[in-house]
Amino acid sequence: MLIRKLSKAASAALVLMLAGCDGGVLDPKGQIGIDEKHLIVVATLLMLIVVIPVIFMTLYFAWKYRDSRDQEIYAPKWAHSTAIETVVWIVPIVIVIILGVITWRSTHDLDPYKPLVHEAKPITVEVVSMDWKWLFIYPEQGVASVNELAFPANVPVNFKITSDTAMNSFFIPQLGSQIYSMAGMTTKLHLIANEPGTFDGISANYSGAGFAGMKFKAIATQTPADFDAWIAKLKQQKHRLDSVSYAALAKPSEYNPVEYFGSVSKGMFDQIVMQYMHMDSHQDMKGHEGMDMHAGMEHTGTEHDMAHMAGEHAMENTQNMADMDSSTHSAPSLTKDSSTEPLSLEHSSTQKVEAE
Amino acid sequence: MSFLGKLSLDAIPYHEPIIMVTLAVVAIAGLFIAALITKYKKWSVLWNDWLTSVDHKRLGIMYIILAMVMLIRGFSDAIMMRTQQALATNGAAGYLPPEHYDQIFTAHGVIMIIFMAMPFMIGLMNLVVPLQIGARDVAFPFLNNLSFWLTASGAVLINISLGLGEFAKTGWVAYPPLSELAYSPGVGVDYYIWALQISGIGTTLTGVNFIATVLKMRAPGMKLMQMPIFTWTCTWANILIVASFPILTAVLGLLTLDRYMDFHFFTNEGGGNAMMYINLFWAWGHPEVYILVLPAFGIFSEVISTFTSKRLFGYTSMVWASGVISVLGFIVWLHHFFTMGSSANVNAFFGVMTMVIAVPTGVKLFNWLFTIYRGRLRITVPVLWTLGFMVTFTIGGMTGVLLALPGADYVLHNSLFLIAHFHNTIIGGAVFGYLAGFAFWFPKATGFHLNERLGKASFWCWQIGFYVAFMPLYVLGFMGMTRRINHIDNPAWNIWIYLAAVGAAIILVGIILQFVQLYVSIRDRDQNRDTTGDPWNGHTLEWSTASPPQFYNFATLPQVADIDAFTDAKEKGTAYQRPKHYQAIHMPKNTPSGILMALGITAVGFAAIWHILWLAIVGLVGAFIVFLFRAYNNDVDYYVQPDEVARIEDAHLNHVVRG
Amino acid sequence: MSITIPADLNVAHSDEHHEHHDTSGNTLFGFWLYLMTDCILFASVFATYAVLYMNTDGGVSGKDIFELDFVLIETAALLVSSITYGLALIFAKRHNKAATLAWLVITFALGCVFIGMEVYEFHHLIEHGNGPQRSAFLSSFFALVGMHGLHVTAGLIWMVIMMVEVAKTGLGPRSITRLSCLSLFWHFLDIVWICVFTVVYLLGAL
Repeated sequence: MLIRKLSKAASAALVLMLAGCDGGVLDPKGQIGIDEKHLIVVATLLMLIVVIPVIFMTLYFAWKYRDSRDQEIYAPKWAHSTAIETVVWIVPIVIVIILGVITWRSTHDLDPYKPLVHEAKPITVEVVSMDWKWLFIYPEQGVASVNELAFPANVPVNFKITSDTAMNSFFIPQLGSQIYSMAGMTTKLHLIANEPGTFDGISANYSGAGFAGMKFKAIATQTPADFDAWIAKLKQQKHRLDSVSYAALAKPSEYNPVEYFGSVSKGMFDQIVMQYMHMDSHQDMKGHEGMDMHAGMEHTGTEHDMAHMAGEHAMENTQNMADMDSSTHSAPSLTKDSSTEPLSLEHSSTQKVEAE
Repeated sequence: MSFLGKLSLDAIPYHEPIIMVTLAVVAIAGLFIAALITKYKKWSVLWNDWLTSVDHKRLGIMYIILAMVMLIRGFSDAIMMRTQQALATNGAAGYLPPEHYDQIFTAHGVIMIIFMAMPFMIGLMNLVVPLQIGARDVAFPFLNNLSFWLTASGAVLINISLGLGEFAKTGWVAYPPLSELAYSPGVGVDYYIWALQISGIGTTLTGVNFIATVLKMRAPGMKLMQMPIFTWTCTWANILIVASFPILTAVLGLLTLDRYMDFHFFTNEGGGNAMMYINLFWAWGHPEVYILVLPAFGIFSEVISTFTSKRLFGYTSMVWASGVISVLGFIVWLHHFFTMGSSANVNAFFGVMTMVIAVPTGVKLFNWLFTIYRGRLRITVPVLWTLGFMVTFTIGGMTGVLLALPGADYVLHNSLFLIAHFHNTIIGGAVFGYLAGFAFWFPKATGFHLNERLGKASFWCWQIGFYVAFMPLYVLGFMGMTRRINHIDNPAWNIWIYLAAVGAAIILVGIILQFVQLYVSIRDRDQNRDTTGDPWNGHTLEWSTASPPQFYNFATLPQVADIDAFTDAKEKGTAYQRPKHYQAIHMPKNTPSGILMALGITAVGFAAIWHILWLAIVGLVGAFIVFLFRAYNNDVDYYVQPDEVARIEDAHLNHVVRG
Repeated sequence: MSITIPADLNVAHSDEHHEHHDTSGNTLFGFWLYLMTDCILFASVFATYAVLYMNTDGGVSGKDIFELDFVLIETAALLVSSITYGLALIFAKRHNKAATLAWLVITFALGCVFIGMEVYEFHHLIEHGNGPQRSAFLSSFFALVGMHGLHVTAGLIWMVIMMVEVAKTGLGPRSITRLSCLSLFWHFLDIVWICVFTVVYLLGAL
């Protein structure tokens, strides 16, 4: 039994090492992914300091104190030892304190919202998850693509992510972190590819029937010039992304082939984010500034008061909701004359004002 | 809207051969069982002694039967998922289209957690807790019966969904906006809502009932810090139930309003906020996993201390470690969605809090180790499950702490690594625990032993099958495979997918052996009688009763002065003492009110799913009338006369002497 | 409705062992535990309201629709009903059947005033296009206030049943236990309402 267990553990460990060889999380090609792999390895080794002795002791004690071995000491009433209990509390506490420090630091270092420090000027890509495909809008270049994402290697990429429908998660395993895409709000992600290549991109949050086919290729080009060439290829397309073509694109489809849009109507992404919101002048005159999405952040104080009255759990909920709001609800602020029509995407008077 | 609401013959999935065959098999099995009951004229026994019983021991057995039936259903789903993924490699479609596959993984999750693990846990708790604290029943026996039937009612609804309509295609968490009407217009999510809502209310009532029981009904002399450890862990679990299940009730209620009355809590439109659902769901969902695992921890403690013939090491530590786990269980829910875009401070806080849980859990592991230390460990089936747990759960705990690191979770979230992790803890922790408890208390509940050889064979199949099935999933998680996909187009993954399917098959053999064991043990019951009531030389009061226990549990309430009350009594020579006189025992009568009320409420749920207004009203009014009838019925209890008590007790004591 | 069922169920237990003196304590304790679960239920919906109350989706906000004077009368009716219920319970414990019934009737009437005013308020809002379907704010407002209203309604139904019971069978120990449970329930709803009034109406109207 002992040998079987040990060989099982050893083979499992071996398997984990091997897994690093062929794409995926343990074969990172970007700085974020590399840091995250490093974190996984360090934390695992740290925990093995406790885990291996526990597994070993379990099997050893079970063997040593089994019923037939009458030569061992038998102490049926021995049930307390301050020394042992102190040790068994302190050892895990120490490990968890070390892990806690690592957690605190790494979480701040790897915060998906934190822009990457790099000499190259970052490029921005706006990402929309749809039923069931990915739309990538390049606001600086004025092009868009479906299910194919390109960017130069060694240049930071700032992703702004939203959803047209259900919640998805934007994830390129070999580059590192994922983040949810949610309708009516924008989440952010900052990634970089350290070397050129084509990587698998997926949705990592189930979103309905066509979810399994919701894949894209992320191409990190060798040089910025290659990226420019890719952009130029897109620009040759006559296809324009505007409210009409968007509505057609938004219809559910599975295994959508790669599509390119040579031009994109201005403010497209913000209109997609705002499509579910009604705003009318009535609100603006009242001085609400149409900042519904920021409500959670601005009224944190009030919420806390309420939560106290509503009881402890409510407080926990609200507090964290408030915290989350402040980071996830970074939708761009609305203009005062945006229409009450939810999908009036052609409304060209919409002027984009960045929240930050 | 027609007389039957949205319901029509089209709701039956004729075109799905798998479902139709399943239904046929279920129908034939049902007819067979009905025929057997008729043949042996057991209908009145079934009704009078079981379905209407308020006896916690019988309710416990019924809960466990429900759990086993639902285990078959949930495991069939698991096998289908594994075979679908194994067949749908290299771009093949497999045999399950998305609309079927998506229902299967949703049903698998809901069934395994809500209708397999929960009833199994609550069943063992029902069976054992009142006996361990020296009580004659729970505080509210009728409520206990009703709780069971509400749970069963949810299970009935989820099983109806197999043959009538569809189940949710949203994953077991049913996140909006996917679970909103806009994206899930069918009745699937409604089945989900009503099955969970009704059984959840039953569970809440169980929690209330058992907290009142342990606080108000303990045997004379038993202090709180002398309660058996299993009772303690159940008590913590019940506190968690009472504190967390109402959140589930609320969040399902709000989703119901969204779907039925066009409210805007979690919709994309109207200013709804789906994140609120996700927060509330996990504010219930995370405590829920501790509700499942804490009683299992208690079972391991009982098993280890009994089979080492030794006192549990660090009882006080164990009690407080469970308490700390319970409290911390409430402030970690956000780790289920680190990738939602919360600030680094929030993520780091919840990550650290999650890791802190590893401390009391680690302490428990060490305490079990030091209970074995200098003991005399008898390697029985419950002990095998316990040792298997200690190895497996340690690995599951490690991967859990890894996932609690937000930086690691950013790449492992929703991957098969996560799937492997929580199966590692739920199977390796909770299910192994329940199976240990099943083997441990089986003689107590039935009066005869389980077949030891088949039990060990089953254990090894489960244990090996578990590693073969789930270690590959860790690998696949690292390789970037996400959960809930119905086909694979990455050739590098194939080998691991096949391996996982083989593992599932090995577990299947383990489950089959479990049922074979049950069959063989029942067949050979006369050779394997437990006549003394104390087959393992137990420590706690349940072993001082007969096997199965007298329906009133204790003829005279025991006096308790030690944690291991029965060991204490055996050492002092006060065990098995016959008092000169017995007193009459006051007992509640069985009642059909619980099953009838639950029937009405099932009708309400079914009517709500299919929008049949009249049936909802009939069900609700019916349930209310039964309730009123119960409330004003004066004939609810009776006395067991002293001479009958004496007769039963003398018979038992004679057995003990002969044994 | 699911919420109201457990409330009533616990009553059944006073008759579980009505000949035992100590089980009344069990019943009250069990009922108190149930109220704690109800408290968490309300807390969850409160939290939802707190998160969603600014999400008016271009529709009305609390400031536009809350009429404090009206709600103040509503609140007064409920608060006074708590006092009158207390009096009913005091007379019940003195086995004064007539006075108990009289105070129960008064409590019931005040409860009906409360519910009537709430229904009027809801009807008024829906009539003006401000139903719960309009925005997340209104959804959470209707759900929170409505859930409390449903609880009060369940309490009123329970009160009718108790009045019939007391009138028919007098004030036996079983009835006293049930009246005590209802008392806990009624005061609990009062406390919840004070929170609703403060959080929803007072803060909302500011």
